[in-house]
Amino acid sequence: MDTLILSRIQFGANISFHILFPTITIALGWVLLFFKLRFNATGDQKWMDAYMFWVKVFALSFAMGVVSGITMSFQFGTNWPGFMEKVGNIAGPLLAYEVMTAFFLEAVFLGIMLFGASKVKPWVHTLATFLVAFGTTMSTFWIIVLNSWMHTPQGFEMREGVAHATSWFEIIFNPSMPYRLTHMLLASGLTVAFVIAGISALRMLWGDHKESVKSTLRVGVFLAAGLIPAQILMGDFHGLNTLEYQPQKVAAMEGNWETRGNVPLVLFALPDEEARENRFEIGIPNGASLILKHKADGVVPGLNDFVAEDGTVNHPPVAPVFFSFRIMVGIGFAMLFLSWAGAYMIRRRGADNLPKPMLYAFTAMTFSGWIATLAGWYTTEIGRQPWLVQGVMTTKQAVADVPAPMVLSTLIAYLLIYAALIVAYIGVITYLAAKSSRGEPLSSRQYPRRGEAEPSLRALQPGE
Amino acid sequence: MELFGDPAVWLPFTFAALMGLSILIYVVLDGFDLGVGLLMPLSDEAEKDRLVASIGPFWDANETWLVLAIGLLLVAFPPAHGVILTSLYLPVAIMLFGLILRGVSFEFRAKAPIAQKRFWNGAFFTGSLMASLSQGFMLGMYVMGLQWTWINAGFATLTALFLTVGYSFIGAAWLIHKTDGVLQAKAVGWAKGGIWGLILGIGAISLATPFVSDRLFDKWFSYPAMLYLAPLPILSAALVGYIWWKLRRLPYYDDRYNWTPFAAASALFALSFGGMAYSFYPYVVPEQITIYEAASAPESLFIILLGTLWVLPAILGYTILSYFIFRGKATELRYD
Repeated sequence: MDTLILSRIQFGANISFHILFPTITIALGWVLLFFKLRFNATGDQKWMDAYMFWVKVFALSFAMGVVSGITMSFQFGTNWPGFMEKVGNIAGPLLAYEVMTAFFLEAVFLGIMLFGASKVKPWVHTLATFLVAFGTTMSTFWIIVLNSWMHTPQGFEMREGVAHATSWFEIIFNPSMPYRLTHMLLASGLTVAFVIAGISALRMLWGDHKESVKSTLRVGVFLAAGLIPAQILMGDFHGLNTLEYQPQKVAAMEGNWETRGNVPLVLFALPDEEARENRFEIGIPNGASLILKHKADGVVPGLNDFVAEDGTVNHPPVAPVFFSFRIMVGIGFAMLFLSWAGAYMIRRRGADNLPKPMLYAFTAMTFSGWIATLAGWYTTEIGRQPWLVQGVMTTKQAVADVPAPMVLSTLIAYLLIYAALIVAYIGVITYLAAKSSRGEPLSSRQYPRRGEAEPSLRALQPGE
Repeated sequence: MELFGDPAVWLPFTFAALMGLSILIYVVLDGFDLGVGLLMPLSDEAEKDRLVASIGPFWDANETWLVLAIGLLLVAFPPAHGVILTSLYLPVAIMLFGLILRGVSFEFRAKAPIAQKRFWNGAFFTGSLMASLSQGFMLGMYVMGLQWTWINAGFATLTALFLTVGYSFIGAAWLIHKTDGVLQAKAVGWAKGGIWGLILGIGAISLATPFVSDRLFDKWFSYPAMLYLAPLPILSAALVGYIWWKLRRLPYYDDRYNWTPFAAASALFALSFGGMAYSFYPYVVPEQITIYEAASAPESLFIILLGTLWVLPAILGYTILSYFIFRGKATELRYD
């Protein structure tokens, strides 16, 4: 394998690993703020218990996100120097603003949020919680701006082969940014909703019926039930936007080889790139035309539009885009049914009395948001190939001239580290949940007891 | 913009200065917390928790200065960014593995079951060691002009060792400030050992630099440059002497002056860094690419600078606030 494909696998592995943790922290920050505000308003200890448990998950996820994020920032230079040389005038300021407005804010106030509870006034601690949530969201904003610009670039001109900004307004508010940003924020909300519901359901199954667990189960289920219809709607808008700017991606998602009318909605097929057709296709007649063009005979662009006269293929590989899109949509509908059924049952019988199969279902779906997010990410990012910046530069033009064995060796090391860390991460969260369900303190540290009860809000110890 | 003359001149200079500043802040701040990680094996089980507690609220923000430095290199000097990072591909990868290991074991060591704590303590040390060694190696390679020859790699191996010992020195100086009792006395001992690495490291780089190129030799050993530059080595020697003298007396009976070794070490780092910056200016890739050749378009740099003028003071402000909030000894457990 050559440097290009190895570098792509390495970057794909890095970003796949990285995106898991921001997906958790973006929304979990706001959920923590919600717990904190509920505690401030009601003084009910259960909200502080919820905060103290989930803030640990937040800290762990944050650390995983930080270390893999640093890796990403170096990979631009070590593996893709062409990217910055060609579009650095645009990508650079966006990345710089991310570091300056988001990274430092998160990092500094996370310290205060975790370890400062007993050193600052309560409102400062609430403010720190808000600033951390705000910082993670700002970070998302800048990264999505850059990513969207790479999909739908505008507001620049090429001079001597280098992109120069002409309008920062157009660069930031590029056509796909609002859809992509909302889609990502909702994806984070759903991921966190299912993680919270899943872990809480697991604790219920272990016989832990604490007030805080009941409350977090309710929060998780209702959050999921509320967000999923919005996400499905948003996904549809995003699809229409993609159809307008990147029709080849939609053609690959739909498995549509020919530009034509009366296009069926393909539910299942095996796309065959050699024969340029689908095998074993099962579809709903006229479905795709109806969804994309709102007319039964609407003409939908096909992949044949993106094959040059000399046979050069300028559309993405079909099968990975086709399948990852179906995985994302499939999980989305599973989320819809389970969360609505869950919300209905909680309203009728209370969070304490959910039927066991439903608790098992929520537990099984704990990390479903991760899979949907990754599948969505692959749909959009593989769907952009062979372009790195649509119409401006291809992925091949950006790759570094480093020897393939060097990339291979680091790739293997990354994969080993990442696999080990994912196992450790899920293992530790489950361990913390089990420990908390047994009523043991979450820390191994011995605390000197002064007076009778543990105060409602104490500071964590660093590394706790 | 007219006020400052040609933006194609002052903008690259400003960004080189900003980048230098964030590298310096990084080396001092992450230097001490990497150093604390390096000292882990020298401490007993109970002390390990205090070591980690002393850097807990800070390490994450400290590491962010590295992201800012690399970000500024990337945005302000894109071609140099590519050249430097591709030629340092392997040491960069090793540093990243180290930073990953260290960052996560910080969290895992206290959250995982007790039986795994030893493993994560080991990972915390190993990660700190990998990051320190590879940063020192990259520094050595950079000084020698980023050419992979046996001599350069040998020199870089030496700087890797020296920087690692130097980091453990500043880490020990931090612990003198943040701890008390037996651990503080231990930290004084560690600092006494570590200062040798610092002296040898600064000495090696100072001696090697002028011989890398004639340009550098002339820059340092011509009249009147020698005259302006004389304070650098003299002040550095004075600081080393001061640290040595203080370390023999610390800790004082009421814990006075516990901050002096750390302050002096930071000043020493800053002086050495100033010397390096003087040597390499105006090059961003030694002897190959100047900051003016590598700079991004002025309009892009200007838009970043506008934001930086507002954001950087804010960052410095709340960073100082956080050091103020978490002042005092690391063992302190307060329930009021």
